[in-house]
Amino acid sequence: MKKVTVHVTLKQGVLDPQGKAIQTSLHSLGFPEVEEARVGKYIELHMEDDADIEARVKAMCDKLLANPVIEDYRFNVEEAVQS
Amino acid sequence: MLLTGNISPVKIEQEKLYLDMGLSDQEYDMVKNILKRRPNFTETGIFSVMWSEHCSYKTSKPLLSKFPTKGPHVLQGPGEGAGVIDIGDDQAVVFKIESHNHPSAVEPYQGAATGVGGIIRDVFSMGARPIALMNSLRFGNLTTDRVKYLFQEVVHGIAGYGNCVGVPTVGGEVQFDDSYEDNPLVNAMCIGLINHDEIQKGIASGVGNTVIYAGAATGRDGIHGATFASGDLAEDSDKDRPAVQVGDPFMEKLLIEACLEVIHSDALVGMQDMGAAGLTSSASEMASKAGTGLEMNLDLVPQREQNMNAYELMLSESQERMLLVVKQGGEQEIIDIFEKYGLAATAVGEVIKEKVFRLKQHGSLVADIPVDALAEEAPVYQMPSKKASYVKAFQEMKNEIPKVENHAEMLKQLLQQPTIASKESVYDQYDSMVQTNTVVTPGSDAAVVRIKGTDKALAITTDCNSRYIYLDPETGGKIAVAEATRNLVCSGARPLGLTDGLNFGNPTNPEVFWQMEKSVEGMSEASRILDTPVISGNVSLYNQSKGNSIFPTPVVGMVGLIESLEHLTPSFFQQAGDSVYLIGDTKAEFGGSELQNIIQGKYEGKAPSIDLQIEAERQKQLLKAIRQGIVHSAHDLAEGGLGVALAEGTFNEKGLGVDVEVSGNPTAALFSESQSRFLVTVKPEDKEQFENIIDHATEVGSVTANAQFIVRTKDRVVIEEDARALHELWKGAIPCLLKSKA
Amino acid sequence: MKFAVIVFPGSNCDRDMYHAAKDVLKADADLVWYENSNLENYDGVLLPGGFSYGDYLRSGAVASTSNVMQQIKAHAEKGKPILGVCNGFQILLEAGLLPGAMLRNKNLAFMCHQEPLVVANNQTQFTTGYEKGEIVRFPIAHGEGNYFCDEQTLADLKANDQIVFTYENNPNGSVADIAGITNKQSNVLGMMPHPERAVEELLGSDDGLRLFQSVVKNWRESYAVNR
Repeated sequence: MKKVTVHVTLKQGVLDPQGKAIQTSLHSLGFPEVEEARVGKYIELHMEDDADIEARVKAMCDKLLANPVIEDYRFNVEEAVQS
Repeated sequence: MLLTGNISPVKIEQEKLYLDMGLSDQEYDMVKNILKRRPNFTETGIFSVMWSEHCSYKTSKPLLSKFPTKGPHVLQGPGEGAGVIDIGDDQAVVFKIESHNHPSAVEPYQGAATGVGGIIRDVFSMGARPIALMNSLRFGNLTTDRVKYLFQEVVHGIAGYGNCVGVPTVGGEVQFDDSYEDNPLVNAMCIGLINHDEIQKGIASGVGNTVIYAGAATGRDGIHGATFASGDLAEDSDKDRPAVQVGDPFMEKLLIEACLEVIHSDALVGMQDMGAAGLTSSASEMASKAGTGLEMNLDLVPQREQNMNAYELMLSESQERMLLVVKQGGEQEIIDIFEKYGLAATAVGEVIKEKVFRLKQHGSLVADIPVDALAEEAPVYQMPSKKASYVKAFQEMKNEIPKVENHAEMLKQLLQQPTIASKESVYDQYDSMVQTNTVVTPGSDAAVVRIKGTDKALAITTDCNSRYIYLDPETGGKIAVAEATRNLVCSGARPLGLTDGLNFGNPTNPEVFWQMEKSVEGMSEASRILDTPVISGNVSLYNQSKGNSIFPTPVVGMVGLIESLEHLTPSFFQQAGDSVYLIGDTKAEFGGSELQNIIQGKYEGKAPSIDLQIEAERQKQLLKAIRQGIVHSAHDLAEGGLGVALAEGTFNEKGLGVDVEVSGNPTAALFSESQSRFLVTVKPEDKEQFENIIDHATEVGSVTANAQFIVRTKDRVVIEEDARALHELWKGAIPCLLKSKA
Repeated sequence: MKFAVIVFPGSNCDRDMYHAAKDVLKADADLVWYENSNLENYDGVLLPGGFSYGDYLRSGAVASTSNVMQQIKAHAEKGKPILGVCNGFQILLEAGLLPGAMLRNKNLAFMCHQEPLVVANNQTQFTTGYEKGEIVRFPIAHGEGNYFCDEQTLADLKANDQIVFTYENNPNGSVADIAGITNKQSNVLGMMPHPERAVEELLGSDDGLRLFQSVVKNWRESYAVNR
């Protein structure tokens, strides 16, 4: 079993009002050092190992998990730890 | 709390673990007597939730029996998921209000969202399509970050759930007072529409019939939520966080469509949602109502988490779940309907003759309890009652007119009081229009929803001025009901009935119980005289923080019928040149008023008086005038009195103004909160006809075209303001408070 | 003319769209469940608003991958009228039938009220019943209606006259005040405001009715010509 972690983030240049709100809020809570906050999504996939796993996950991201018009993605494939 | 089924019955007794679970010593002994043995861990849990206030109304039952619940149009009174009232043409309206106060205090977004989800299920479990949502909210003053957070997140939660599920939130009310600072009130009301032949009941009849579980799988959400909701909200309630459930409005939307398809199947016998106390209460109540028993195999219950024990499965308050009883042999037909919507539906047990609630897990018996002991025969307590000590002093106070130097400035201040100020920033977040029936959107006295295919419409309101009830519970209770009827009549509707959301403090405090008793008596009398039977409701007790009870807040949710769309009457001014009438008498009544709040920063004295016979007569006359088509606008006088009502009359896009002359002391004339009063506009040519119908109408002035707000006395101008500027102040007040730093 | 109103799990303006088409416009219309549907016999497709699949992941993303979208794409290629409103617009964007994407409203809040729109292009089959530059009032009801596209796409939209409706007082932060756009062929219209909620004066506006009437009228005329 593999655990695939996918991070989807808004592209640089796309306005991120949620990130902006978080940044403002952190400033008011006494964390002025925060220069920028960007919000993204984290998706965890548990799947059988496959020789093409990287290509398959990339296809998943392109087809569904991220919207290329506004989002970038990166992912990481690791060994799943049985709980 | 340790959640394990391995604790032995002996240990539960010896270490009095039942106390932690919510049973008193006396109640534990009753359980032992019923079972003729010691209850095991699961059984103790089942008894404790079923005998909690939330499920059994053990302290409020003697009070609830005072409500008039019958009427020629009442098809279903209290006792089912929601009440039902006939509206003609073989159609009926279904409605109920429910609180979700404690969960909202701990996790406001999910608390409010799941409150909305729960009340919607109560309505569609009756077979009705949910057509509108309302709410009644109370928060502390918007001066601390915590209160602002609670307020904003509750609103987000209501919006997040209601908007997604596709039921319009058409109105409601929000009030602010210090007594709710740590204990906000979140009461949600759902209104449904049904054909008479589609009314369902939550009954498990027919021995051998199959029990089907449908919807979301069961997780460890909100274990012990029902007892948690009935207990004191401790200062460290953040620790209770896991008890709050998480809602999935998408799942609920699918459940609505599936259940409304299922009701057309002959295989369906009964249906009930799994609300507070989850599978335990739905299953045992369905059996108790039918006079049967139920046997369930818990291994068959869909489970979201691993290794869940019987206690957890039975007490989980996972959301978006329904329990159905289906004719033997008809299971597949029902399961197929749920599957079409991508929902799981599984047979988990059957109806049995012996009136017991029998649960098996992993091949062994985990609970075996007489059904009626859980539901019908739950203990009922007559709590001691003692007249609240503060009331005597309040009753002895004289009605005096406060000193106001500058009436224009006072009006501006009143318009910016958050309880009076525009709630547009709140309701703009609610989809108020989906289903395309909303004729009057939020912001009026009552919301109005038309009934497609007919010339009729429903008017809906939620009301409760808890300040009056605090000062004088009985009078305040009458006013709460009367104000709701007033709002409906102003919109052109005949009030049909009400649902009560009773929110009080700790009932073991005799003074709090007295508040409950008296306000229920007042509400009951008003319901009888104003002909609005109580068809459903909910009780939420132990609303208090840091030892102080909230103001007694028995919210009234009321529905009225507009018999023809021609009777629809707006609450704001329509046309320049119209005459402005004040119906009713104004006395010097400032106890519990917004003016008192501004000037004294507290509430004291007598509540405004009310004569229910006069109220009923006046409403009848106004409705008659409305039906004759001679009332251009009608608005009830509430917080802030005539001054605020006049200003609100100009608050719309028409750019109208008003010019009136008041008599007597201008402070009393403008800001007293005397009851049973209306502000009405009438076309000049209809004046005579109007005055012939209405007994206590005084013409005070006219609507003007120039957006000027003018109030005079005989010898001077008291207020002269730009109506648009007043509108801006009123609109901007709450957003401004939210932005300002605490 | 016969419309298909596509119903996805979580659609919630489907009945409103159906009511507008069937009861108010008096056109032929069916509610069509997204699974196992056959759109062959329909002349136009209406994608209603709501929260298809809970809008989980991204608004409209999951619905855009369903099989029925292949049929809708085929209809679009044939030049049949396709209207996506609110979530329907989001689905059309996610499916690539229209360019761009939706972001959360700039104030991060859901908003629901009447909003004045400018008819920017009255030469599409959806808008011939309006005057160019006319102000119409439609309700909006969305939390993610902040239309976004890159500069090149925006230049293309402008050059091809694909911007059909703009907001008079941009409520949500949309690029170039965009409220509704078409594809290049102008037979696929996506818009956040709800024309189906504006077909009866009783509910506050009937400005949306002309949109549906335009579609029917233009269909009839093209039908007559093609015969």
